Amino acid sequence: MGHSIALSILNRRTFLTTAAAAVSLSPFIARGDEVPSALPSERSAEFKEVFAKLVGNAAPVEGKITVDLPETADNGNFVPITIAVNGPMTETDYVSAIHLLSTANPHAHVATFHLSPLNAVARVQSRMRLAKTQDVIVLAVKSGGEMLISTTGVKVLIGGCGI
Amino acid sequence: MAATNPRIKLPDIIKQGDVIEVKTLVRHEMETGNRRDKNGKPIPRDIINSFVAKFDGREVFRAEFGPGISANPYLAFQMRVPGPGIIEVTWTDDDGVQTVATAPLNIA
Repeated sequence: MGHSIALSILNRRTFLTTAAAAVSLSPFIARGDEVPSALPSERSAEFKEVFAKLVGNAAPVEGKITVDLPETADNGNFVPITIAVNGPMTETDYVSAIHLLSTANPHAHVATFHLSPLNAVARVQSRMRLAKTQDVIVLAVKSGGEMLISTTGVKVLIGGCGI
Repeated sequence: MAATNPRIKLPDIIKQGDVIEVKTLVRHEMETGNRRDKNGKPIPRDIINSFVAKFDGREVFRAEFGPGISANPYLAFQMRVPGPGIIEVTWTDDDGVQTVATAPLNIA
């Protein structure tokens, strides 16, 4: 019983993935173009504005934020996300804020989390909406003003409707 | 619409000095403001826009939400346990209505 349910879900998922891939690729194949990378690097005008305001004159550094997002989101209404920033959480050196941004939703600013040394570990988990396939940007601000950045592409099969 | 059914989940066994995960959940539509009803009329935005967690009255974690947070917002964060006390979480919606949940942090 349990096996057959698991199997049918798997089959459905495989089917959806394959079907979506076929649909998304077909226009390019028909036109004879090269197949584009699965994740567009487009950035909404609102995203650029929000991003510029948050970053200011800082030069965000890559490589210190771990973001767990599904490679492919079946349902854009509920996309689980875990953000962890590596590094100390002491009175003098800690992560003070984490900004979660979407590059292609109607609203670029998804959430901001404020942390302090009381948290001991800079790790946050939530669920977000993704209107379509896009990059998710996480900015982390350290107590000393240093800024960290992470970019994660998520392919969305069924967009979060009305986001 | 005000949030309902606020919940806080803590580990079963907690020791002083532990770093624990505080899991929170509340029921709310998180209406984005971009949808239209079946007559084509825009449905106004109505979301939980603020989350504040306190331990014995002292703020330990705060968040601002936009419409990109999913319905029934789930949020989990970490904290070091200073000792026994009460965790209080407050969710605030666009109308300023607050929904509060509390949970005792019992030290094993």
